Amino acid sequence: MKDELLKIEKLEVIYKTSEETVQAVNGIDIVLNKGETLGLVGETGAGKTTTALSIMRLLPERTGKVLSGNVTFEGENIFELSDEDMRMKIRGERIAMIFQDPMTALNPVMTVGDQISEAIYYHSEKTNAAGIAARVDKVLELVGISPSRKNEYPHQFSGGMKQRVVIAIALACEPVLLIADEPTTALDVTIQAQVLEMMGELRDRLGTAMIMITHDLGVVAQICDKVAVMYAGEIIESGNMEDIFVSKEHHPYTEGLFGAIPDLASEAKRLSPITGLMPDPSRLPQGCNFQERCSHCMEICTKKNPETYVNGTHKISCFLFKNKEDRGDGDEKK
Amino acid sequence: MYNAISCNIMLVGRFGGGVLVIKYVTKRLLLLIPILIGVAFLIFTIMEFTPGDPAVKILGIEAPQEAVEQLREQLGLNRPFAVRFFDYIYKIVTRLDFGMSWRTKNPVFMDIIPRIPVSATLAFLGIAFATLFGIPLGVLSAVKQYSKSDNVLRVVSTILVAVPTFWLAMLLILAFSSYLAWLPAGGVHSYVGYIMPVITCGGPYGSAILRITRSTMLEEIRQDYVRTARAKGVPNNIIIYKHALQNALLPVITTIGQNFGAILGGSVVAESVFSLPGIGSLVILGIKSKDTPTVIASVLLIAFFFAIVMLAVDLMYAFIDPRIKAKYFKAE
Ligand SMILES: Nc1ncnc2c1ncn2[C@@H]1O[C@H](COP(=O)(O)OP(=O)(O)OP(=O)(O)O)[C@@H](O)[C@H]1O
Ligand SMILES: [Mg+2]
Repeated sequence: MKDELLKIEKLEVIYKTSEETVQAVNGIDIVLNKGETLGLVGETGAGKTTTALSIMRLLPERTGKVLSGNVTFEGENIFELSDEDMRMKIRGERIAMIFQDPMTALNPVMTVGDQISEAIYYHSEKTNAAGIAARVDKVLELVGISPSRKNEYPHQFSGGMKQRVVIAIALACEPVLLIADEPTTALDVTIQAQVLEMMGELRDRLGTAMIMITHDLGVVAQICDKVAVMYAGEIIESGNMEDIFVSKEHHPYTEGLFGAIPDLASEAKRLSPITGLMPDPSRLPQGCNFQERCSHCMEICTKKNPETYVNGTHKISCFLFKNKEDRGDGDEKK
Repeated sequence: MYNAISCNIMLVGRFGGGVLVIKYVTKRLLLLIPILIGVAFLIFTIMEFTPGDPAVKILGIEAPQEAVEQLREQLGLNRPFAVRFFDYIYKIVTRLDFGMSWRTKNPVFMDIIPRIPVSATLAFLGIAFATLFGIPLGVLSAVKQYSKSDNVLRVVSTILVAVPTFWLAMLLILAFSSYLAWLPAGGVHSYVGYIMPVITCGGPYGSAILRITRSTMLEEIRQDYVRTARAKGVPNNIIIYKHALQNALLPVITTIGQNFGAILGGSVVAESVFSLPGIGSLVILGIKSKDTPTVIASVLLIAFFFAIVMLAVDLMYAFIDPRIKAKYFKAE
């Protein structure tokens, strides 16, 4: 058995506003081992950021609420820790997060150097100024920014450089788990590749486990060990790289995801983008959440929630697939 | 090598920035001239159209007609409006001569200058009081949104902002002078005399500061950078006072500056009710006796103070927000 680092069980999260209740995450399970990288994929609004914020316990105080489920990190239940432990031992120390939008994630009136050193200052025992400054320089160099620019303010940096600063803040304390929420979407393609490569190198050097949140299967292919595909707050398919990229068995939504990116080497069946929209998470349908957009939709899909089909490490939540032990007469597989 | 070069560039940048600040301040001060002339014109016109003959006011209603005529001639009141206005401006520009008070026959600044310390003391104490309770309570109110203390603060500050100053002043006098007899009802023979005027001025202004602090803080603590700071494990009070408050401070400082300018000009009501010999009560006195030179000069002084405070506020912006600094002081 590999070392289990993070385990999410049956996590359910809602956002409750005066008008509506959004079911953002609906009972997901994730297991991540030390040093592994998980790609969390899904279209906008699938609940990826919400999942990440739940792990950090940073959901918006008034509206966001964990209904049920557990997050276990290094054997400790995150939801049972005190606020002070959460701040001292978890946030910025053991788990760090790279936020989605680098344009707003930095404090506009503080120098980038100060913003990085803060992350170090509140976690290291020996808080001597020179030592902290040296570590700030080191981490800036690591992300490819000249340390001589640490006295500048965020507005003096380009978007890509801001993203690097955000990454530097997350890496400053060498976390055990790094949650990267679309670290490259704000960047142009060339910088994207650079940043990804850099993150891959860092991970290999520091042995950090990573959750890489993205829309982009290309990113997943480049950096991940495992993939979980999210749809309307559920993980509808998960597995290792082989399960997702090589296996022929897929959830219709995953098929659609592959169809949505042009792939020169692939066969014709991967060329149709998904039509329609994700259901409104404040009004989820009965049965499978994907039914309205699914070309294989059967009667049972509109009545019951799909069961999970397990084939080794590969899991798919869809009635198209049946587990061996459930299989009665004949092979109903598509 | 690299460091030496960048260090040089920084020094040049600082120096250049300094020169730019001086340039900027000079520009703003020059801009004051047309503004002050405009203010003078406005007051001149208003005084012109208010009823009552200054000569009659000075000599009394009983005075014989010839005496009034003679005085009008003497004061130059028989010349056309435009001529009098340009004459007034001309004398200020060439000789810094703001004229003579028609009421006391002194050069106007002889009457004004002794009153400046009173208004200035009231302004500084008032704004210090307002800021010292406005900002911390505003932050508290925002951080504990919808709590009991927030509700109480919101109600009290709304009332204080809405209540007429003179009514507040009279309530204070009633309570602390008439009933409890703790404080003098007027005059500034000692600093104790300032307590009620400071509360009268500072209370409503402080409430305005409290309200703006609360609303901008509520906005700021929902910003992404606050979440980033929390994700770093920064303690809560540091997030609030260092991260959020510094960003929330711009509109707060504008409010403080505006109020400061207003009080500095002499809170007319507070000075009258508590009979403080400040600039505000001098303006009232001048208006009552149609003493145009005193009124114009006082108002010009108030406008000048106000403009200087606003300039200081703008400079403070640049100090707090590096983006504004970059825009005004580093460009070119
Ligand atoms: N603060 C909030 N209040 C109410 N609803 C919210 C809030 N934040 C997110 N939601 C809703 O929760 C659902 C999941 O949002 P989430 O941000 O987790 O999506 P995401 O997968 O990260 O999307 P994206 O790829 O666009 O970042 C969405 O329907 C969204 O509208
Ligand atoms: Mg997101």
